[in-house]
Amino acid sequence: MTPALILAEFSTPAALYRGCERVRDAGYTRWDAHSPFPVHGLDGAMGMKRSMLPWIILVLGLGGAATGFLLQAWVHSMAYPLTISGKPHFAWPAYVPITFELGVLGGALAAVFGMLGLNQLPRHHHPIFDGSRFSRFSDDAFFISIEAADAKFDREATAKLLSAAGATHVEIVPETP
Amino acid sequence: MSAVRAPRVLRAEQVSIPAGHGLWRLPMISGAVGLVGLVLAFAFRGGDPKQFAFSWLFAFLFFLSLALGALFFVLIHYATQAGWGIVVRRLAENTMATVPVFAVLFIPLLMGMSDLFTWVHGVAEGKDHLLMSKAPYLNTSFFVIRAAIYFTAWSAIAFYFFRRSRAQDATGQTSVSLTLKRISGPAIIVLALTQTFAAVDWIMSLDPGWYSTIFGVYWFAGSFVSFFALMTLMVVGLQRAGLLTEIIGLEHFHDLGKLLFAFTVFWAYIGFSQFFLIWYGNIPEETIFFRHRLEGSWKAISLLLAAGHFIIPFFFFMPRTIKRKPRLLALGAAWMLAMHAVDIYWLVMPLQHPHGFSISLLDVAAFLAVGGVFFAVLSRLMLGAPLVPVGDPRLPESLSFENV
Repeated sequence: MTPALILAEFSTPAALYRGCERVRDAGYTRWDAHSPFPVHGLDGAMGMKRSMLPWIILVLGLGGAATGFLLQAWVHSMAYPLTISGKPHFAWPAYVPITFELGVLGGALAAVFGMLGLNQLPRHHHPIFDGSRFSRFSDDAFFISIEAADAKFDREATAKLLSAAGATHVEIVPETP
Repeated sequence: MSAVRAPRVLRAEQVSIPAGHGLWRLPMISGAVGLVGLVLAFAFRGGDPKQFAFSWLFAFLFFLSLALGALFFVLIHYATQAGWGIVVRRLAENTMATVPVFAVLFIPLLMGMSDLFTWVHGVAEGKDHLLMSKAPYLNTSFFVIRAAIYFTAWSAIAFYFFRRSRAQDATGQTSVSLTLKRISGPAIIVLALTQTFAAVDWIMSLDPGWYSTIFGVYWFAGSFVSFFALMTLMVVGLQRAGLLTEIIGLEHFHDLGKLLFAFTVFWAYIGFSQFFLIWYGNIPEETIFFRHRLEGSWKAISLLLAAGHFIIPFFFFMPRTIKRKPRLLALGAAWMLAMHAVDIYWLVMPLQHPHGFSISLLDVAAFLAVGGVFFAVLSRLMLGAPLVPVGDPRLPESLSFENV
């Protein structure tokens, strides 16, 4: 059996929080915490870095706005100039609403699809769902999962670390065949 | 971690300005500055009463908009049952409680009415149809009556919320919060209407032929963003004086930054909407407003507003890092206050200097006078009670607030 990840269960949010600090300090990088509700400060305890999503949104938002503005400017003042209600061909105030809308559209789409992309979603299955008790993560239990792909992963040592960190139950979840 | 932290209880003396603290001198210093401004303003009034009236209106509107922004903040805070901002609510309450002072500061404007408003002199029969039909609204006695209504409404709301919140410090009664929540909704309606009509009376009617239905919102947007700027500066200032350092943290600054950012955008949205519709419609009665403001050196001020009141702060306040660095946030807040002064100047002064802006000594004197009085009263109110509403039952929620 090839291990996919190691799954440790914790009984309280506080135990999960301290467990995360131990795993973070041990230097693991490919791991995650699972809780039925948001735990304040958990991202700090996990040592999570800021997501790059805001930058994606900024670039695509500004890109959308630029597209909207340039498209209108090109259509109205170069490709097909028409005089409308006595305004100049390059009537920039008239372009602002569409510029704004395309900026919002670009930013919104970047936010949704960037989030999905960074989370490697959608995917139809993940080995973690084979964990015998994992279904309780959406009810009343707290978990830490460490992937076997992590450079520091070692069956015995990692399991020992998690038990020492306060896990009530540790199991190795195999790769889905 | 907040989940395991016990709720904190604050005692009044932990969050009050201690006796003998340097801040006790602030009302005196501000009062002295105000007095110097008053003496200068009235000394030079004789030379140019018209300039005096416009300078005073500029200073009056700038500081009044801060007080009204604070009033709206307190009301919306109760109406939405916001938790994060209870630690800063008392600062807003102190700011809004300066409103009655502005009823007194309004007197020089009544003295200068005939210099400010051309409609005071009336219109000859058959001369100007538009002004004729506006005469039942734009006349001296109704103008004074309306001003009295505005100040009465604002003072009544401000006084009631101020008194009840302070009384709660000692009793900690939940019923006070519930009563204020119930009243806040109707009070917001009263404030919105009076502030809109005040903008029409005191700014829009400077050019009696001009009208814009969004104008009240424009003034409100500027007042609200500049109030958040003032609030940020007050918090940073108090913390540098060694107060509230354990009470107001990065999470609260983060929220103040978000609101500064949001209402900077809101101001631009309203300002552009006004410009856009007037530009599009191209009707002379409406375009006159922007014709004045795009002529001569006023054009530079208009461009400064677009860049300095929107584009620069839009990118400055956007990153999370800035919102969580109180010094940088304070820098941005000071900038926004300066830009709000430019905004008010841009609204008022083109009527006095149609061919290009020119700053007068009276502008400075009136600004010092009104500002000195405003800060004297504001700092005196801060000394009178804890700087945080210690009796609010939801204070612990605000103290341990975290952005998710």
